[in-house]
Amino acid sequence: MDIDVKKIANLSRIRLTDNEAKELAPQLSSIMGYIDKLSEVNTDGVPPTAHPHDVAMPQRADVVTNADRRDALQQPAPRTESGLYVVPKVIE
Amino acid sequence: MSWEMVIGLEVHCQINTKTKAFCGCSTEFGAEPNSQTCPVCLGMPGQLPVLNDVAAKKTILTGLAINANINLESKFDRKNYFYPDLPKGYQISQFAVPVVEGGYIDIPTPDGEKRLGVTRIHMEEDAGKSMHEGLDAVSHIDLNRSGIPLMEIVSEPDMRSADEAIAYLKQLHQIIKFLGVSGADMEKGQFRCDANVSVRRKGEPFGTRTEMKNMNSFRFIKQAIEFEALRQIEILEDGGEVKQESRLWDSVKNESRSMRSKEEAHDYRYFPEPDLPPLRVTQEEVDAIKASMPELPNQLRKRFETEFGLSAYDADVLTQTQSLAQWYEALVAAHPANPKQCANWLANELLGRLKELNKDITESPISAKGLASLLDRIADNTISGKIAKDVLDAMMESGKDVDVIIEEKGLKQVSDTGAIDAMIQEVLDANPGQVEAYKGGQDRLFGFFVGQVMKASKGKANPAMVNQRLKELLG
Repeated sequence: MDIDVKKIANLSRIRLTDNEAKELAPQLSSIMGYIDKLSEVNTDGVPPTAHPHDVAMPQRADVVTNADRRDALQQPAPRTESGLYVVPKVIE
Repeated sequence: MSWEMVIGLEVHCQINTKTKAFCGCSTEFGAEPNSQTCPVCLGMPGQLPVLNDVAAKKTILTGLAINANINLESKFDRKNYFYPDLPKGYQISQFAVPVVEGGYIDIPTPDGEKRLGVTRIHMEEDAGKSMHEGLDAVSHIDLNRSGIPLMEIVSEPDMRSADEAIAYLKQLHQIIKFLGVSGADMEKGQFRCDANVSVRRKGEPFGTRTEMKNMNSFRFIKQAIEFEALRQIEILEDGGEVKQESRLWDSVKNESRSMRSKEEAHDYRYFPEPDLPPLRVTQEEVDAIKASMPELPNQLRKRFETEFGLSAYDADVLTQTQSLAQWYEALVAAHPANPKQCANWLANELLGRLKELNKDITESPISAKGLASLLDRIADNTISGKIAKDVLDAMMESGKDVDVIIEEKGLKQVSDTGAIDAMIQEVLDANPGQVEAYKGGQDRLFGFFVGQVMKASKGKANPAMVNQRLKELLG
């Protein structure tokens, strides 16, 4: 299977050198080939699995439980200003 | 062959919950930046989302209101893309199996009612807010909005003009307001619209579409759709091809422009959200939600027409908001004799005056009972309809009771035959020429006499009596 490793890396924001991409291509292909084996199984009449555990979704009451912890939560941010996160300019 | 527009709409509507879709952070508008965030909506590693049950219920309610099917089992998926206001690197959305599928909305058109399909409504979470203006080399990010629950309401490409698109949006907006599932304040971005627009020669297959992103005013949406359709027609008539792309509407320059997004920006690589099991609801739960549904605008309009004999136009005006409809019903309850007159006085007189004051019905200085008592005074001939308008002005200004104003200003209608006869006689004496002409067969002069008498009485004479006595006295 032919995989565009560079494209996938770009979508995932992972920087790869040409050599790394070359090295990864056959590895990813073999993983894909392995997964492709699943298509050999006859799944007629089997409902698709959305989740490995057969449980219904637990839900939460609509009640505010979180206080303002901005200072603590912004500790790991490389840069903030007046409570805002500062990031490299996003070009529209 | 003439060109035809094909329009499909996607509406993102903030669900008005107290907390976010998947965490217990407040959704209060206008808070200090990033003061309403937590590890879940900041996308910290290892945090798990838990669905807000009100968000699910309100989405189901909306689905029921547009006659859609509710999927008793629906699923969440991850929509992957990178942007600094999306801290997880993906948005939790519903892709493969949304909670609501296959509804419709009926809109009025010049050719009668038209049914427009709604493909689906799915739940998802909002992103944060990025700010670029006035900043050099950096952007600022506020994540208070990150994780606020949204419904995305996707229509079929059923609209054929900008007017139909706007009618659909207004109807949807009104339904959402009636249901109370969203503030739907467009200026706050609680109800925003993407429009997919293409053109074709009538009868031909759909053309290539472009998507106009993120518009939050009916006026801009109409302008944007019309501009975009014309732009495409010009390209096609010049022998060119429309490029499938996202475009932004510039409401200052009145033009759309390409967002120049890279092709792969649309490669969202959806996959099932492993952190959330399927959302299951029972038919009993759906039925209970259905039972809680308020009367919808369309039902209300039809009821006003049949129960109160209103015109389609008046019924439409009086059902614009729930509070207005309730106000009207309170008015009719207090003055049941003439629902049609109630509608006229509310729609034309009171709403007109409120509009001048920039107020809506909830801010009216007079109550439904107050207006009813004014109508009572017209009905019992204390004042004429004309004088009543002046009384309404005075009531709005002073807040005083109708009877107090009539008394203070001496506006009580003259229904005393003697007094009316005297005024009529005065008018007839002053206009012998017209009397002669009338007697000579010029019937339309009758109106002239009525006008003169009313004028002489400063509007206070009972018009019905003036008519009756005039006829008798003119023989």
